[in-house]
Amino acid sequence: MNVPTTLLGLLESEPSHGYELKREYDELFGAHGRALSFGQLYGTLARLERDGQISVYGAEPGDGPERKRYAITASGVTQVETWLAEPEKPEPMLQATLFVKVVLALLSDRPAADYLDVQRDAHLDRMRELTVMRKAGPLSRSLLADYGLFHLEADLRWIDITTARLDQLRNEIAR
Amino acid sequence: MNILTADELTKSFGSTAALQGATMSLERGEILAVMGPSGSGKSTLLHCLAGIFTPDSGEVWFAGRRLDTLSDTERTVVRRKAFGFVFQFGQLVPELTVADNIALPLLLDRISRKAAYAAAASWLPRLELDGLGARRTGELSGGQAQRVALARALVAQPKVLFADEPTGSLDTLTGELVMDLLVGSAREEGTTVVLVTHDARVAAYADREVTVRDGQVVDRSGVKVEVSR
Repeated sequence: MNVPTTLLGLLESEPSHGYELKREYDELFGAHGRALSFGQLYGTLARLERDGQISVYGAEPGDGPERKRYAITASGVTQVETWLAEPEKPEPMLQATLFVKVVLALLSDRPAADYLDVQRDAHLDRMRELTVMRKAGPLSRSLLADYGLFHLEADLRWIDITTARLDQLRNEIAR
Repeated sequence: MNILTADELTKSFGSTAALQGATMSLERGEILAVMGPSGSGKSTLLHCLAGIFTPDSGEVWFAGRRLDTLSDTERTVVRRKAFGFVFQFGQLVPELTVADNIALPLLLDRISRKAAYAAAASWLPRLELDGLGARRTGELSGGQAQRVALARALVAQPKVLFADEPTGSLDTLTGELVMDLLVGSAREEGTTVVLVTHDARVAAYADREVTVRDGQVVDRSGVKVEVSR
């Protein structure tokens, strides 16, 4: 799970306060990864601000301390763009990351189906390598290749079914 | 060099458009997986490439010759002499023996009985069917039957082997043996293979894959394929 880029992705559609950002993060991804602690949230936001990927949009005085409003910068948008478009290294248990990418792509009207196609190709390339490895043996190595193949196959099934349901998901998460 | 090309194929069944401008090509000796969800048009594409269906529009070219405009009789000859087929089910004659089934394409092609049965016998050990030549195919296991079907498809040394879900009815281990033998034999013979499958593990045996989506072939970047002949 790439928390900094996920936060950038959430900030891209509209500027937000830290608290709202956490609520949104937990609601969308809390069940699939881990809920975000405030420490992690504000630490990450501080680093993103230092690196020029977000800026403080305005501070609103309230009853308590001033609430900072964060906005994504052009450099932040580039980071989101790059992360979404780049396939993850095919390996077991990718679903949480792939799910986040799909949701963020839909929220920002980016071509989620294209990203999934690119990921699908990366998976198939890896499966071809493992198939050659499985055939070359010995059995201990073949079984290891089989382990990878079955996990990648499960990922691919998820990718296929998600591709078929993108419109439905887009409607469900529309803000 | 391309051996088989489909250019802008369309094919409808009643009001259902199975192919809507499908374009693809295969190089000689290549093993290509055609993937896609059920109903995407991948089997229709295979049937058009193999000259079993005639497309409503578009062109199919095989070894420099246009296939879709040939007469039924001419296409039947091309299919019998140049193409081999393996399907998921029901392709063997259950009352005949393994050797009879494998020799059948050669006998239909008027090869002598002696030569046909000698060729059939030579395929038994290659596909791990030793000792089963006299067995009726109705008595075989699913994996054995698929290997007999593969031998029958390859015995006449086709230029192109069309395989439609060849492991669809088999368990994982048996399916892997069939795929190992299919790919191994095709490589030895230099046979081009069109492998239709929805199974990524099977597709991973191929040199490359294309996906059929909504009756069109999309390449690795998700873009509709354009080819020149």
